[in-house]
Amino acid sequence: MKVTMRIRRFNPEKDKKPWWGEYTVDVEPTDRVLDALHQIKWYQDGTLTLRRSCAHGICGSDAMVINGRNALACKVLMRDVGEVCQVEPLRSMRIVKDLVVDMEPFFAKYRAVLPYLINEEEPPEKERLQSPEARERFDDTTKCILCAACTTSCPSYWANQDYIGPAAIVQAHRFIFDDRDRGALERLQILDDRDGVWRCRTVFNCVQACPRDIDVTKAIGEVKLAILEEL
Amino acid sequence: MVHHHRYETIVVGAGGAGLMAALYASQGSQTAVLSKLYPTRSHTGTAQGGIGAALGNLEEDRPEWHAFDTVKGGDYLSDQDAVEVMCYEAPGVVYELEHMGLPFNRTPDGRIAQRPFGGHTSNFGEKPVRRACYAADRTGHMILQTLYQQCIKRNVRFYDEFHVLDLLMSPDGRVAGVVAYEIDTGDLHVFHAKAVIFATGGFGRIWEITSNAHSLTGDGPAIVLRKGLPLEDMEFFQFHPTGIYKMGILITEAVRGEGGVLRNDLGERFMEKYAPNLKDLASRDVVSRAIYLEIKAGRGINGQKYVYLDATHLGREAIEKKLPDIADFCRTYLGIDPATQPIPVQPTAHYAMGGIPTDVHGQVRADAHGGIVPGFYAAGETACVSVHGANRLGTNSLVDLVVFGKRAGKAAAAYCGETDWPELPQETWEPVQAQIDRLLAQTGSKHVADIRSEMQSVMMEHVGVFRTAEGIQQALDKVRELQERMTDITVMDKGKRFNTELLEAMELSCLLDLAEVTAVSALARQESRGAHSREDFKERDDVNWLKHTFATRKDGKIELDYRPVVITKYQPKERTY
Repeated sequence: MKVTMRIRRFNPEKDKKPWWGEYTVDVEPTDRVLDALHQIKWYQDGTLTLRRSCAHGICGSDAMVINGRNALACKVLMRDVGEVCQVEPLRSMRIVKDLVVDMEPFFAKYRAVLPYLINEEEPPEKERLQSPEARERFDDTTKCILCAACTTSCPSYWANQDYIGPAAIVQAHRFIFDDRDRGALERLQILDDRDGVWRCRTVFNCVQACPRDIDVTKAIGEVKLAILEEL
Repeated sequence: MVHHHRYETIVVGAGGAGLMAALYASQGSQTAVLSKLYPTRSHTGTAQGGIGAALGNLEEDRPEWHAFDTVKGGDYLSDQDAVEVMCYEAPGVVYELEHMGLPFNRTPDGRIAQRPFGGHTSNFGEKPVRRACYAADRTGHMILQTLYQQCIKRNVRFYDEFHVLDLLMSPDGRVAGVVAYEIDTGDLHVFHAKAVIFATGGFGRIWEITSNAHSLTGDGPAIVLRKGLPLEDMEFFQFHPTGIYKMGILITEAVRGEGGVLRNDLGERFMEKYAPNLKDLASRDVVSRAIYLEIKAGRGINGQKYVYLDATHLGREAIEKKLPDIADFCRTYLGIDPATQPIPVQPTAHYAMGGIPTDVHGQVRADAHGGIVPGFYAAGETACVSVHGANRLGTNSLVDLVVFGKRAGKAAAAYCGETDWPELPQETWEPVQAQIDRLLAQTGSKHVADIRSEMQSVMMEHVGVFRTAEGIQQALDKVRELQERMTDITVMDKGKRFNTELLEAMELSCLLDLAEVTAVSALARQESRGAHSREDFKERDDVNWLKHTFATRKDGKIELDYRPVVITKYQPKERTY
């Protein structure tokens, strides 16, 4: 089937401002949007630039805006995009080139929530014990692949990029509710801030955007509740 | 513009092996990690089913049994001293990962949960054993995340999206650093170092149907080859039995570990014929061959080139709880529900048993006769220790990268403490710049994508699950023709910023070089062993071929040498499952 791909292009080396490139691709209905982008890059215009790696929704490289919604290009099939498919870089991020955005501010926010197990007690010789129920408590947020689809779908983030954003809160949640961790209070203090969890207005865009089906808004709500209870 | 840096240890690659190496190297030396991807994009993250370790949490298990299974799985080509190191250290590193915070699934009494996996048995082959420690079906994702988290905690220095293009050697034959291309700016960076650890991953993109990421292009081994250093056992490449039909996306062996079975067009559970004891949980080479034979006999589904992986009897709850990502892949890419419909699968190029030869400390070998390259280390899929021999068991890649990543990191740090700074060669970045300039100046008529897909298709056809001398030779001729054709390509993007078209061309050169070595090594080995199955030499030949292949390139020609297999406890026996 033939599909028109409208792609937002911008190369700071030669373009003053972004422009729309239009390309026709011939694809199978079960091809991914990533396959269509590759078809353009490989056979029509080698300068089209994007990030990608695993091509099956695990590595988190190819988050972009597809027909207005944040998604991974390798997890959207061409049969679902219509005759014209519009592809843009993630919003609220500096564009490096075409569909590639500067991820550094995103990772800085990730690092700000202390995204690692904090527990200075001497570990046992074997594993620390953890009940299946305690493990289940934070299961959902362990799925995060740091693709930035949630954070860049959030109107609060669009309005103010000082907001720490849903992805960083998801990462904090993964540790706050892990009963092996001892750093919850520290993280809750970091998130109890004007630019922390309280900028979330429960719009649920993040939930729709998450390619890993994480219930992001619920996780944020649990962190808010923990702040009210613990601090 | 060229930038200069100096670190005692440079780690190239930020998957499981690279991050583990960085954690340990950075404890004893100034360390930086260079990765062409953001670390969390690395392919370790796609590993699904589990990491094997004889914890014995659910039933009796012993490292010794794990070692035997690994040696048998490797069709007796594994170096048994290295296998013992890996299997005896496996429980310790799994506990270490848990202490770092890795969220393993748990048994009712709170210990790390374990499940059966192909080729893993108790009491030397008696029956399947629960040895694979898992975090749902995203064990690799959790390992990658956990190790990256620890690197952040310990302030490890990262250079993300830096593509390493050359290894620097001092005039006295020591490693002296690397040259990297900063993807964002197109600038070159010279990293002067005492020790370099390659953890660059695999090269499954040589083949048409593969579970491997687009970025798995064997840059590390290709650089090694171009330096005149050997690559070991390149003829052994694993085809995982269950990739999604046509797409190659991995469907974990854990589906069979949890009770899933393979069925042909007649609905038969055909593995009963090929492996009466372990059936669907036989080792991967055995199962992949069985699928090919079923298809060849006309028993593929509707006569097509695939069979069914049937998990419909496991129940929805087990699938959603224990295999949630698999369920998601099936819904997304196939539009099916694995709780009610079977999954169409075919063997998919998955894992390089061969690679950069190392000893058990990750120290890179200079030849097949005991020589080493001072300061040079390798770990993970890019390395060949060799623990996997002719065929890797499921879950052992994750064990390998943690155990030997740690060992390489420690060894590099110790080496840095006892050596002075190596002299840089006269030319450092200049040859790389010349290579880039040449590629950008070319105005040929050929497409990188065409050359790549021709390579992938001929390698799939002739250097895949089954091989013959005639077929391998055809593939080799084709690959050499394609190498020639690379001088006639055009890179449209002439810019410096994020020029991924240029990088794809360079990556393809790496793949072509490795495809050539793979084919040459495969043509020479006149026997069938593990993943290397020759239709014209159907038997394993321990008299002539119980040895590792060492391939080097001298004056443009591949030369082969051999190194004996280290045997400690397990004499080669006939291999049945």
